[in-house]
Amino acid sequence: MPPPLLELRHIGKNFAGVRALDDLSLTIEPGEIHCLAGENGSGKSTLIKVISGVVVPDQGEMLFDGEAIRALTPVRAIACGVQVIFQDFSLFGNLTVAENLALSNELRDRRRFVSWRRVRAVATRAVARLGVDLDLDANVDRLPASGRQLVAIARALMSDARLLIMDEPTTALTRKEVETLFRIVRDIQARGISVLFVSHKMREMLEISEQITVIRNGRHAASGKTADFDEAGITRAMTGHDVGDVPYVWRGGSAAAPRLEVRGLAVPGRFRDIALTVQPGEILGIAGLLGSGRTDFALTLFGMHPGYGGKIAIDGVPVRLDTVQDAIGRGIAYVPEDRLTEGLFLSQSIDRNLLASCFRRLAAHGMLNRRRMRAAAALMIDAMRIVTPAGERPVMELSGGNQQRVMMGRWLMTAARILILNGPTVGVDVGSKAGIHAKLRELAQEQELAILMISDDVPELVQNCNRILVMHRGLIVDEIAASKTTEAAVSERLRLLA
Amino acid sequence: MTATSLLRRPETVIFLVIVMAMLAIGLVNPAFWQLGNMFSLVRANIVTGIMALGVLTVMISGGIDVSFPAFAMMAMYLTLLWMFATGYSGVALPFGMATAIGIGLGALNAFFVHSVRMIPLIVTLGTGALVRGFLLGVIGTSTINIDRMPTPLIDFARIDLLSTTGPDGGHAGLTAMVLIYLGFALLVHLMLRHTMIGRSVFAMGGDPEAARRVGFNIRRTTFFVYCLAGGLAGFTGLLHVSMIWLANPHDLAGMELDVIAAVVLGGASIFGGRGSVLGTMFGVFMLVMVNNSLIIMHISTTWQRVVVGVIVIAATAVTAWRDRKRIA
Amino acid sequence: MTSGLDLRRFVRRDTNILQLLGLTVLIFAAMSALNPEKFLRPYNFESLTFVAPELGLLSIAMMLAMLTGGIDLSVIGIANLSAIVAGLFFHAAGGARGPGLINLPATTVAAGLTIALTTGLLAGAVNGLLIARVRITPILATIGTGQVYVGLSLVLTGGPAIVGFPALWDSIGNGTLAGVAVPLLLLLGIAGVVALVLTRTAFGIDLFLIGTSAKAAIFAGIRVGRATFLSYVATGLLASVAGIILSGRTNAAKSDYGTSYLLQAVLIAVLGGTNPAGGRASVLGVVIALVALMLLSSGLQLMRFSNFLVDFIWGAFLLIVIAINALRNRRR
Repeated sequence: MPPPLLELRHIGKNFAGVRALDDLSLTIEPGEIHCLAGENGSGKSTLIKVISGVVVPDQGEMLFDGEAIRALTPVRAIACGVQVIFQDFSLFGNLTVAENLALSNELRDRRRFVSWRRVRAVATRAVARLGVDLDLDANVDRLPASGRQLVAIARALMSDARLLIMDEPTTALTRKEVETLFRIVRDIQARGISVLFVSHKMREMLEISEQITVIRNGRHAASGKTADFDEAGITRAMTGHDVGDVPYVWRGGSAAAPRLEVRGLAVPGRFRDIALTVQPGEILGIAGLLGSGRTDFALTLFGMHPGYGGKIAIDGVPVRLDTVQDAIGRGIAYVPEDRLTEGLFLSQSIDRNLLASCFRRLAAHGMLNRRRMRAAAALMIDAMRIVTPAGERPVMELSGGNQQRVMMGRWLMTAARILILNGPTVGVDVGSKAGIHAKLRELAQEQELAILMISDDVPELVQNCNRILVMHRGLIVDEIAASKTTEAAVSERLRLLA
Repeated sequence: MTATSLLRRPETVIFLVIVMAMLAIGLVNPAFWQLGNMFSLVRANIVTGIMALGVLTVMISGGIDVSFPAFAMMAMYLTLLWMFATGYSGVALPFGMATAIGIGLGALNAFFVHSVRMIPLIVTLGTGALVRGFLLGVIGTSTINIDRMPTPLIDFARIDLLSTTGPDGGHAGLTAMVLIYLGFALLVHLMLRHTMIGRSVFAMGGDPEAARRVGFNIRRTTFFVYCLAGGLAGFTGLLHVSMIWLANPHDLAGMELDVIAAVVLGGASIFGGRGSVLGTMFGVFMLVMVNNSLIIMHISTTWQRVVVGVIVIAATAVTAWRDRKRIA
Repeated sequence: MTSGLDLRRFVRRDTNILQLLGLTVLIFAAMSALNPEKFLRPYNFESLTFVAPELGLLSIAMMLAMLTGGIDLSVIGIANLSAIVAGLFFHAAGGARGPGLINLPATTVAAGLTIALTTGLLAGAVNGLLIARVRITPILATIGTGQVYVGLSLVLTGGPAIVGFPALWDSIGNGTLAGVAVPLLLLLGIAGVVALVLTRTAFGIDLFLIGTSAKAAIFAGIRVGRATFLSYVATGLLASVAGIILSGRTNAAKSDYGTSYLLQAVLIAVLGGTNPAGGRASVLGVVIALVALMLLSSGLQLMRFSNFLVDFIWGAFLLIVIAINALRNRRR
């Protein structure tokens, strides 16, 4: 039996006194698909950096092909066949596909001049090797996320890769694209290349990999053949405890009019004929693939598609929502998909982030009272159980789960009655996920909020919603009562649409 | 390349605008088309044009430079003082020296942009003021007139490619300096398009973090672009005074705005990653032509800056509108 | 929250202010030591209270533009254009020179003031419109409008300065009220108002949030376009007040007065703790930075440094300041 491709033995790494990796061992065999699972902050990214030579470990040994390697540098890592595909792909949007593919080759050969013929030849070969069809002359910023990922993979495979590390590769992909990706990953494996698949999506891990290593707090938590794991097992290993699995039940309400009623809602080219009602206390899930129109539907309710067609009524009162301010004024709140760029003011304080949407309401005679603001924010920090030493700390110091709580808290401060969440737990680790779900249920039940939850995470929808709508190509194609369905059924429904 | 994609290129658009503007100016006053006027138009392109090549490169890399006119004057003045001091009479060495001074000053910009990581606009505002203040406050403020200008320089800059006698009996020549401009333009084009350092400029302007990960030397690229801009400015500073036979250290103040306007007019993006030599040359031509043609069109020259300002606003507004449509 | 945390927060927020104060004292001490007789004369400080405010207003204007992540390169153009328009109005009302002009009544001068301020308001509104509605990058938009404003000044005057303003107008630039220079009073008053608006009104805090992330501000329901527009209108207005003081002090207005103020305003804003990328600014910091740099340049002038040399030192100062800031941030 040949030696393993890569063997990490008892790796340890400290950052400014914080133990990022502790006595971690990991073995990757040639041609194996290995999953690295762990919550945010568990040490996954440090481990990637150690393997790619960016970070030098304090303790432990690394062996490639059974040979110990001291002082691994990025250049040596590449020479050993390690290639990393980062989450953001690290591509150049302003350059063509061909050049993106050929650049690293040209750099590696220490060329001074660019031969466009050579660039084209190299790129053609790279794309052919992957067995995909890409327009080599298109600028990369014109490609969809899936196309950009293909370019990134093709680029990584060019340089005689033996270990391909993919960091959260499915984040921006639709279900169908994920399947294409998996097919490609298996092709890569068939050529004897190992793949280290870093993820926190259980379903995908179970589907693609043969070996799983779970790390928690920088330590080895569990590992073994994928066949020996199930979702609960991985979750337990990642969080150290079981996560509750009680579906949400809507007790029914006595409201005279629905909280939200939508008739014939349409935005040309995005979605049409949307009709739905949501009662106070309901949690309505919206499933659908990327491009199904679900985000545009949410943005319309939030006043970001002025000039939409159709009717919207809130608590029985017809309203027009042509600006974000209209929507907020009517009690609609929207927690966007991309918390870091669309949601938070990262360098500003937690207080300011919480109060961002209600400064005008807090100002008496146009002037703000600092003490009142701080008190209001402190109450919300408490109510949302945001863990922080002080509200003056910048919000970027918080964990993903706490940041999402800040986003939800901001809207509770505007006295929102309809809360729309787009990907409520994206980038939130498994442990805090349950806390956010519990909070949402509590808000629906106790404060009679109507909640619309858009998510790719089918278990999340099935567990937390009392009804699920399926959107496809701008239409609602299905409505499912959560009590009468299972994850598998919903997933199957989505797969048929793809 | 298909017709529509050709039409979409900023170079094509600005070219069409130039053709239409030329036709319009020619209609107002046919004297525009006289050979003498054409020659002087070409001549007026040279200094702005060469400096624009440097600014273009900086802008593609994602930076901006407003210090180069000060660098140009510093390089020019020091070189002339050196020529007076040594009595040296040649052409190549002084130009080499001015270029070298410009490169050195460009390195100052690069240091602050790369190592200190400060916004290029602020850095180059600072270095520009620093260098011009040093020149005028320490080195000297006196203008060097034609009677003191070194004759080799004047003779060099006087070379004509061809000359004609106009209808009014006046002599008009096409300066050979245009060859220098075209030569630099070709070199910068080849550099940007066909060398790895040129591609690193584009890569860095597109995504500096990704450029670093792929293995580009960001530090080297930053030094390269600012030194190129500085070097071209130094060279052009000396060329400029050789062409007008007058070396005034106060000269060229405010020129940075015209040059940046020309580069933006030529389709370069202030956010980096986009731009071409051809487009920049067109942008320079457009701006210079409008400036030079106001008199021909019987418009008072006091309107010059208003017209330039309006052109800049119109061009950037169109770009902003186009970009917004693309995102939508 | 507890007072201990508040104190810590205050110290952290104000380390910048404390450092600035330290710098000011240092400059003061150095200049006193270098020109023991001249620098400490009361006349020197008194003259500063007339000269500094116009630059201070321009710096606050620059800070406002930088707060939302922009910049305004047209402030000098706006200042001069405002003064020129008012000057032309006075010359039309009272003749180009002589007692008719000098003794123009308060109502006419008030009308002139309104005209100047309206010019600044409109010029700022054009900037705001181009940046907030047409969405041109602030650098390019204000390079363009800066050319237009300077150009209009040239067109209106034909080049030479407009000399001669009414006596009342001049008293804005060199009069005193209860022994204090009117320009200083104007600066302090306006600085106070701007500080209040920035820290105690929703509009002010919106500007901080927009500067931190314009996209997040849209999703938070902040009227980003309107707030950005208004901040440039305010910038234009402040620039026109600077123009009024400058023309009152010198009794003249010209298209290229005070061009070196542009760099100085940027420097003072940055030195005062403004983040040119947006999201951080402090009026108090800017005012202290103004004092520090005015002491420096007046001391240098007393040592017979030419204006050019003072420019050189300002430029060097800007670079040193950003280098030190960068070093400090890296160590953190």
